[in-house]
Amino acid sequence: MTLTTTSIVKVGIADMQLATSPAILKTAGLGSCVGVVVYDLARKIAGLAHIMLPDSTASSKPPTNLYKYADTSIDQLVKTLLKQGAEKKALEAKLAGGAQMFSFRSSNQMLRIGDRNVEAVIAKLQQYQIPIRLKMSVVIKGVRFFFISKQAYWR
Amino acid sequence: MVNMEDLTDQHFDILKEIGNIGAGNAATALSAMVNKKIDMKVPAIKVVGFNELMEEVGGPEEEIVSVFLRIEGQAPGSMFFVLSPNEAESLAQQVIGDTNFRLHDHASNEFGLSAIQEVGNILSGSYLSALSDFTSITMQPSVPNVTIDMAAAILMQGLVEVSQESDYAIVIDTTIEEEGTSAGATKGHFFLLPDPGSFSQIFQAIGV
Repeated sequence: MTLTTTSIVKVGIADMQLATSPAILKTAGLGSCVGVVVYDLARKIAGLAHIMLPDSTASSKPPTNLYKYADTSIDQLVKTLLKQGAEKKALEAKLAGGAQMFSFRSSNQMLRIGDRNVEAVIAKLQQYQIPIRLKMSVVIKGVRFFFISKQAYWR
Repeated sequence: MVNMEDLTDQHFDILKEIGNIGAGNAATALSAMVNKKIDMKVPAIKVVGFNELMEEVGGPEEEIVSVFLRIEGQAPGSMFFVLSPNEAESLAQQVIGDTNFRLHDHASNEFGLSAIQEVGNILSGSYLSALSDFTSITMQPSVPNVTIDMAAAILMQGLVEVSQESDYAIVIDTTIEEEGTSAGATKGHFFLLPDPGSFSQIFQAIGV
């Protein structure tokens, strides 16, 4: 993975990208998906993952895209950040998304996927002992998630 | 579970015919509702990655108006009727007979939104009942949800089932359009996204 240092770095669905200051990491249209950014402020390096599903082991086949699931995506994110020189103890995280886009009276677990995504991301970050500095869960609205060196914001 | 690689031209033709029959029926219903001639485009069967699907409606950040319903029964899946905000506004104006309706006026748009939801419900219902007659597969649509939001936020919800098993989705995309291309003409997309397990049900019902 190459590090981008300039301009806006777009992160697609089920995707992950790394960037260093002053680049802007951006992902759009987070509904039930969760955008999680893990960063090392002192070393000015950050990675943003756009996660679709909570658990890679729920699939009957081995995952083809590691960035799709919360567990495998955060593993990759942390591993890549450390490889690029981030310090494990300095890592912090912010997350956005995990909305319940539709209200159905169905018991189908898939329809509360937003909640399950957020729960899975938090559990995985706790496993790595990465503090969560900011959490924004929108109830019924899609969001854009930006991350610029020191702050995360959305609109 | 049907593998994408195993799908033949014949399979794609069947899916195309499904789009044809369903959207044809929906176009007739819409035509009766707005008392105008409605044209239908040849359905497109697309095997797309998640990010590609967003490009179909103008990119992940594009604001869309969608009526979404889940299909339950023997061949579960997701169904979207997608309009651009302008088209939705004009459609609602015609249906409720109020040219002052504004989609983004949160104080007074409830009636118009409800009209859009009902139109989406009737059109999706005609689509699915035609499909159900054709395949003899029982399909129960859920209560529709009308949403105005970014394309990625809305459409990803319909892809959750599919994404569990695959990085691609098979989309039956059909466009219906008011005759003539004058400004404010209604043009809507139907996206039918069968769950991965449903394809074998559909093909089996037709005898392929």
